[in-house]
Amino acid sequence: MSAALEVTGLDVRFRLRGSRGRPPRLVRAASDVALTLHHGRLLALVGESGCGKSVLTEALTGLLPGNAETRGRATLHPDGLDLLTAPEAVLRDEVRGRRIGLVGQSAGTFLTPTRTVGAQLREAVRMLDGPESAEVLAERAGLPAAALDLYPHELSGGTAQRAGLAAALAGDPEVVLADEPTAGLDRPLVDRTTDLLAELARAGKAVLLITHDLRAVRRIAASGPVDLAVMYASRIVESGPADEVFARPWHPYTAGLLGALPDEGFVPVPGHPPELSDLPSGCPFRPRCGRPSCTDDPTLVHHGERAVACHPAVPA
Amino acid sequence: MSLVGSGLVGGWRRGQAVVDQLDVAVEPGRVLGVAGPSGCGKSTLVRVLALLHTPWRGSVSVDGTEVRQMRYRAPAALRRRVGVVFQQPRASADPRLTLSDLLTEPLRAAGERDRAVLDARAAELCDRVGLTAELRTRRPHEVSDGQLQRACLARALAAEPDYLLCDEMTAMLDASTTAALVSVISAEVDRGLGVLTVSHDEPLLAAWADEVVRPWSG
Repeated sequence: MSAALEVTGLDVRFRLRGSRGRPPRLVRAASDVALTLHHGRLLALVGESGCGKSVLTEALTGLLPGNAETRGRATLHPDGLDLLTAPEAVLRDEVRGRRIGLVGQSAGTFLTPTRTVGAQLREAVRMLDGPESAEVLAERAGLPAAALDLYPHELSGGTAQRAGLAAALAGDPEVVLADEPTAGLDRPLVDRTTDLLAELARAGKAVLLITHDLRAVRRIAASGPVDLAVMYASRIVESGPADEVFARPWHPYTAGLLGALPDEGFVPVPGHPPELSDLPSGCPFRPRCGRPSCTDDPTLVHHGERAVACHPAVPA
Repeated sequence: MSLVGSGLVGGWRRGQAVVDQLDVAVEPGRVLGVAGPSGCGKSTLVRVLALLHTPWRGSVSVDGTEVRQMRYRAPAALRRRVGVVFQQPRASADPRLTLSDLLTEPLRAAGERDRAVLDARAAELCDRVGLTAELRTRRPHEVSDGQLQRACLARALAAEPDYLLCDEMTAMLDASTTAALVSVISAEVDRGLGVLTVSHDEPLLAAWADEVVRPWSG
């Protein structure tokens, strides 16, 4: 298993000007994030809404707003290009679409409403010098051939999502980043979309699936190896093989998220996630944690394939 | 006393009824789940029951007052007794309003002008749905989907409705926020609120609803 994309010590911050009597704020959207995407493997990144998940894909594709400040490294293998410092011309001409494919939330809204799906896919293939035809891409993404002749408004949400996936594959990228590709879809469509992403990984791509849908991750983890990273208040608080983490979560937040599933107790994690502009000092989960309070700030500590950022969490 | 739809037939395109001969009754203090795949007509049913869309046939009655007789010019007082939470908080929140103004909109629509009263109600509602005081002055683009959906729930509860209709309320939300919103609603149900929730999420309905109906299956 070789690394395709390695993120280390990634910080993303936004400096917001004050307005109408509100003081300026510093929003920490990502703090010391470390992730590795491997060829042939899917990494699922989960967390509550507003924890900073989506900023990662923007940081990795040079699409952050102008007021963002970044630190750390995001190394794209094999040549070791640092995505955080690469010039926009390189990101535009060599990275986006060609080496990193991006599938967004509500992919249908990214399509031009006045042209057919097929015309747009063919354009993507032409512009990216893609090796496959639009028809092959459609088949690979599970998009019915008949949908190529349709306009975006004629597609259902699930079909539009597959059109977005087909377009992301047009430039034959090694890395596919999917940011909430299943939000708002019904369960059978969620299953089909996540199955497609898992298949891409099995075919050798490095796939990042950012989602709030733990059930979808639990489902694909049951049929093949999946890596899991749990994000809380801008940090990765736990990571490891998904089946092991689901079976025995180490971080109380991971355990809380699992316990909130309708078929696992349906109990919300008590309290609220902190504002990213007002993170508490020390462990960001401490205010919501039922365990004895810690005074210092746990860092992500590795134990074999797993890692956790919590003091009492690691079993002996 | 209940919110009843009987013999409802309706849709959007002539000759294509998506709600076809449906009978539903939302009872106080109970949660009725309506399950069905996407595109089957669940949202249309919610809009009809919320007195937002006129059915072609059939009638809706709120605690015995039949709306059909009013040719769907339902008086505001009747509409106020039915709250709605939609699937997409971003699409159902006016981006220009602060959360505080957003969730007191129903009260202002009902004629409340006293700023002190509105602020007090906003504080109380935020507390009920789990929004911190700091968020009240924010606008929708400055909060997360989960926080905005909490505000939309607060707005639906602002006029103290007797019935609450939830249209895929949690489809955009994570597990913990979903469970939190459901527990807020459950507390209201204990006080007598009648709830209808439509969803394609069977495990959610199994955990939440007192009864689940599947009008579109078979």
